[in-house]
Amino acid sequence: MEPLKLIFLLAGAVTLLSALMVVTTRKLVHAALWLVLTLAGVSVLFVLLNAAFLAIVQVVIYIGAIAILIIFAVMLTRGSMDDTGPQTNRRWWLAGLIAVGLFAGILLLVVSEPAASAGVPAEAPGDSLRQLGLALVSVDGYVLPFELASVLLLAALIGAIFVARPPDAASEGGEE
Amino acid sequence: MIPLSWYLALAGGLFCLGVYGVLARRNAVAILMGIELMLNAVNINLVAFWRYVTPAQIAGQAFAIMVFAVAASEAAVGLALIISVYRRRTTVVAEEIDLLKW
Repeated sequence: MEPLKLIFLLAGAVTLLSALMVVTTRKLVHAALWLVLTLAGVSVLFVLLNAAFLAIVQVVIYIGAIAILIIFAVMLTRGSMDDTGPQTNRRWWLAGLIAVGLFAGILLLVVSEPAASAGVPAEAPGDSLRQLGLALVSVDGYVLPFELASVLLLAALIGAIFVARPPDAASEGGEE
Repeated sequence: MIPLSWYLALAGGLFCLGVYGVLARRNAVAILMGIELMLNAVNINLVAFWRYVTPAQIAGQAFAIMVFAVAASEAAVGLALIISVYRRRTTVVAEEIDLLKW
């Protein structure tokens, strides 16, 4: 077997197994740590797809920021939900049925599509990072979605600060 | 080389695990983790289609970057909401947060 396929299978197996642990582990801190492993597996897949910049972004943003944010939130809200209580709601079997059915449908679509099994990828462009940087700032490219994403991120962060204020500070601000 | 369908099947599996997490978990933070899994599956698909179908254009990678920004926004707002609800009602169980139910 080619080494690339072996790496893909290893990374894919680690990603899927740790994702399974994320949705089934009882302890939420453990689930967050499994989530970090899943995100690392996805970044290995990005490297296999010749998207090295996205792999770095994945590590910096997802593992460095979002996963840490989730771990903080888990620790701030601990004690409200005992690790011993049921972690899934009463209709978890229905959720499992929906997930399995959806996966079967996706697999059927992928198998029935002849273009999906085409193995040989087109030749990779020489300097995709430079191309990406130019596309994100050129008027013919994606400068408008890029700016919109920036404004969305700013608005979301200011909104998050506003929402997460302590209740007392909110009423004080309203009085004065 | 690795066939495109392997990437699509892997992303489908990751997405369905995320769907299960969102539908079945009781803890609101765990539901957000499920959403992150689904966004990651979408990103794998975007980058795989860029690499295999349209390598000359950069659209797949550009939109993956948009997805990163949206994921960061969603995590910040979602976790702020959860912490705010926890301060007022001391619970993070999704079915007990029923403020908007008639």
